[in-house]
Amino acid sequence: MTQTTLNGEAQKPPKQSKAEEMALKQREISVAAFFEKNRHLLGFDNPRKALLTTVKEAVDNSLDACEEAEILPEIIVEMIELSENKYRIIIEDNGPGIVKAQIPKIFAKLLYGSKFHKLSQSRGQQGIGISASVMYAQLTTGKPAKIVSKTGPKTQAHLYELHIDTETNKPEIVRDEVKEWNKDSGTRIEIDLEGTYIKGNQSVDEYLKQTAIVNPHVTLIYTNPKAEQIIFPRATEVVPVPAKEIKPHPYGVELGVFIRMLKYTESRTLQSFLTSEFSRVGAGTAKEICQHAALLPNTKPAAVSREMAESLMKGIKKTKIIAPPSDCISPIGEVNLEKGLRKEINAEFYTTITRPPAVYRGNPFVIEVGIAYGGEQPCDKQVKLLRYANRVPLLYQQGAGAVAKSTAVTNWRPYGLQQSGRNLPVGPLTVVVHIASVWVPFTSESKEAIAHYSEIMKEIRLAIQECGRKLGSYVNKKKRVGAELKKRSYIEKYIPHVGDALKDLLELKPEASENIQTLLKEILEEQRGKVATVGVVDNPDYDENFANIGKEDKEEKPEGEENESN
Amino acid sequence: MKVTDKIKEVGVEIYNSILKKKQPELSSPIRSLSNVKYDTKNGFFELTGKMKLRTLTAATIKTFAQTLRMMNLSKELIEKDDIATKREAYYVSKNWGDARFKEQPESDSVMDDVEAMLEVNREQIGFIPEEKGGDVAGQLIVVDKDPDTGKEIKIDCTKMGTGAYSIPSSVEHLKFETNAKFILAIETAGMFQRLVKHNYWRKSNAILISMGGVPTRACRRFIRRMSDELNLPVYVFTDGDPYGFLNIYRTLKVGSGNAAHINKYFCVPQAKFIGVTPQDIVDYKLPTHPLKDVDIKRVKDGVKNDPFVHAHKEWQKALKQMVAMKVRAEQQAFAAHDLNYVIDTYLPEKLKDSKKWLP
Repeated sequence: MTQTTLNGEAQKPPKQSKAEEMALKQREISVAAFFEKNRHLLGFDNPRKALLTTVKEAVDNSLDACEEAEILPEIIVEMIELSENKYRIIIEDNGPGIVKAQIPKIFAKLLYGSKFHKLSQSRGQQGIGISASVMYAQLTTGKPAKIVSKTGPKTQAHLYELHIDTETNKPEIVRDEVKEWNKDSGTRIEIDLEGTYIKGNQSVDEYLKQTAIVNPHVTLIYTNPKAEQIIFPRATEVVPVPAKEIKPHPYGVELGVFIRMLKYTESRTLQSFLTSEFSRVGAGTAKEICQHAALLPNTKPAAVSREMAESLMKGIKKTKIIAPPSDCISPIGEVNLEKGLRKEINAEFYTTITRPPAVYRGNPFVIEVGIAYGGEQPCDKQVKLLRYANRVPLLYQQGAGAVAKSTAVTNWRPYGLQQSGRNLPVGPLTVVVHIASVWVPFTSESKEAIAHYSEIMKEIRLAIQECGRKLGSYVNKKKRVGAELKKRSYIEKYIPHVGDALKDLLELKPEASENIQTLLKEILEEQRGKVATVGVVDNPDYDENFANIGKEDKEEKPEGEENESN
Repeated sequence: MKVTDKIKEVGVEIYNSILKKKQPELSSPIRSLSNVKYDTKNGFFELTGKMKLRTLTAATIKTFAQTLRMMNLSKELIEKDDIATKREAYYVSKNWGDARFKEQPESDSVMDDVEAMLEVNREQIGFIPEEKGGDVAGQLIVVDKDPDTGKEIKIDCTKMGTGAYSIPSSVEHLKFETNAKFILAIETAGMFQRLVKHNYWRKSNAILISMGGVPTRACRRFIRRMSDELNLPVYVFTDGDPYGFLNIYRTLKVGSGNAAHINKYFCVPQAKFIGVTPQDIVDYKLPTHPLKDVDIKRVKDGVKNDPFVHAHKEWQKALKQMVAMKVRAEQQAFAAHDLNYVIDTYLPEKLKDSKKWLP
C-alpha cells in the first residue's frame, strides 16, 4: 500500500513500532473525564432530564442528611430561568450541615461519599450524583457551583464556589469565605446549568410531588421557573426511624470485595474476621465455613491467597447462614402509602401491602405495593405505574426494570382487568411499587430502573398478587352489587304497572295505586335486603390541586393561532 | 262462577297479600308436554299440576305486571260484551308503556296463561283467534243463528259446489243434522279439493274436513261435538311424516301440552289414524323424500317425551319404522300411480281394513 503513494513520504522508515506509537496515546482516564463524555450514564442525556437529575440528587442528599441527623426536613427548591435554556437551581435544607473541609470533595469530586461503603438504606448510594451535576453545570455554563453550609447555631457558615478539574477529578476552589447565614444549620447549593423546563410526567414538579407522597414527614417549598410557588406541607411530624447500618451478609459478598476486606481487616484470625466483618456469622458458623473451605479457623487473614479466598467463598455457599437482619429497613408503611395515594388519585378502592423483609445477594430488602382502582381513572389505558426506590420516585424508563416486568408477568385478568399477553394490564388502576433496601440494585448509575433479581421480582409479584386478590374481590363485589341494582331498578320499573292494573282490576280509588306501589317497594326492600354501596368515590383526602401538579398545561393555545384569525 | 268474578278473585288475593306486606304471587299451570299426562281412560292430555310462579323477581316481574294488565283487559271486554282478536290485544298493550309486548307471541303466551290460570277457554275471556277453523264439505247440515236476529239458519254442506263451509271460531252454539257414516279429517287443502271435486263425500257418504295443518281449537271442538252428537267415527288422513303424526293427529286426538287445561273439550279421543302410515309407504310403493334432521329430532323427541306415544306401542313401532326407512311421503304422492288412485283404491282399501290403522 505504501508504494502507491506519490510524494514518497511513506517511504520513510518508521522510527517507532506501532505498539510504541499506540502506547503513547494510552493514558489514564480520569473518572471525571470519563463521565464528562458519558453524561447519559448519570442522567444528563437531555436538557430536560438535566434539570430533574440535578434537583433530584440535591434533594435526595438533603433528605438523607436530615434523616440521619433525625431532623424533620424542610427543603426549599427554586428554579430561575436566567436566559433561554439556562436555569439557576437552588436547593436549601435545614439539615446538619457539612464540615468545612468536606465541602469541596462532596460537591466537586466524583465517587466521593459516605454511602457507598456502608450498608444502610439511603437515597444516595454511589457518591456521584451531586458532583456530576456540578460538573454538568460547569460544562454547559462554565459557572462554578455555589455552596453555603452551616453546622450549628454557634458556628459560622462557609461559602464555597467550586469547579471540578476533570483531568484529576479534584475540586478547584474558586472562592472560599465565611458568610453570615441566618439559619441554625443547613446546606444551600446554587447551580447554573443548561436545561429545558417542561411540565409533565417526567418533570421536576412531578418528581417533587411524588417525593411528597412517599415522604409524608417532609415539607417542600418549591418555586418553579414560572414563579409559581407550591408548598407541600408535611403530613406527619414523625421522622422515620433512621436506617441502621449493617455489615454485609456473607451471601452477598463478591470475591474482589472479599479479598479487599481480607487485606484491610484488623482481625488476626480467619474466624474473628468472619465473625466481626459479616452479619449473622457467629463462631460456629465461622468454623463451619472454614471447614467447608478446608482452612484452619486460625489462619491469618493476611496470609489468605486468592485461591484460598475462592475456596472460602465456596465454603460460604455450602454453609447455611440465617438471613441478614431486616430491622435496618425503613419502609413507608401501609397506612402512609395509602394516605399518599389517596391524596394523588381520586379512586374508589385503595389497598396497600408491606411485604416481610426478603434477601437478594445477601442484601435485605422490603417491597411495598399500593393500588388505587376506579374513580376518575381512564378504563381504556394501560395502568399507571409509580415506582419508588428508598423513597425516591423513579420517573424515567417506566417500562424497564424489575417493577414493570413483574407487573406485566402477573396475571391481572382474575382481578378484573384486561391484559393481552405479557403486557401491562389495561384498566382504571394505579400501581405503586416501593423497594427499600440497604443497596438498591439499579440497572445504571442514573438510577432509573431496578435490576432483574429473581428474589426482587418474586417479592414484587407476591405483593401485587396480594393487592390484586383484594382488588379482585372488590371488583367482584362491585359487579354483584351492580347486577343487583340493575335487577332492582328493573323490578321497580314495573311496580307502577302492577299498581295501576290492580287499581283498574279491582276498581279501587286512584290513590290506591300509589299505596300499592309504596307497599311493593317496601316488600322488595325487605326481601332483597339493603345493597352495599360500592363504586362510589368518597375520598376526602383527595387534593385536586395537588394531583394536577406536574401535569402538562392543556389550556395553553398554540402560538400563532391569534394571527390566523386576523 | 262468572269469569269476571274469577278474575276479580285473583286480583283481590294479590291485593290482600300486598296489604299484608307479603310478596304477591301469581301462579299458572306450566303449559308444555312436561306437565301433561295421558288420561288413557278418557283419551286426552291432562295437566299434572306443575305451576309456574310470577312475582317480584327480575325474571318474572314484567310478566306479572302484564298478566294483571291482560286480566284487566279481559274483564273490560266481558263487561262491555266485546271481543278482541289476539292481534288486537297485542296492539292494546302498546298503551302499557314499559309493560307493552314487543311481539305478538309474547302477548299470546300471557293470554294463554290467563286462560289456563282461570281454567277457561279463550273465548270466555273475550279473546278470539285470527285463524280460520277449517273447511267442511259433505253430508251435513249445520244449524247456526243469524248474528243480528238470532233466527236459525240451516247451512247445507252438500250445496257448497266446489267450495266449502268454513268453521267459525266459536262452535258451541251450533247444531248438526246428518246421515253420513263417518267423518274424514284431512291435513292438506289440496287433497280436500280433490275429494270435493270428485264428490268423494257422496260416494262414501262422508263429511270431509280440511284441517289445514294442525287443527285449530274451533276445528277440534267442531269435530268433537259432531262426532259426539251424531255418533260418527272420525278418521284422520295426513302426510306420512312426523309432523302429520305427532303434531296434527296427536293434537286432534288428545290435545296439546300448550292448552292442556281445555283439552278435555278440545280433543277427539275417538279419532283413528288411517294414513299415510310408514307401512303404507311400503305397501303402496309411494315416492318419498328423505327425512330431514328436524324430522328425526321430532320423532326422537316424541318417543322420549310424548305421553301419547308412551301409551301406544303401535305408534312407537311406526315411528321406529319411519326412522329406519329414513323417508317420508306426502298425501298427494298417490298421484304417482294415478290422479284418482287415492279415491278409487287407497281410501276404500284403508277404510275397510281397520288392522292397518294406527290408534
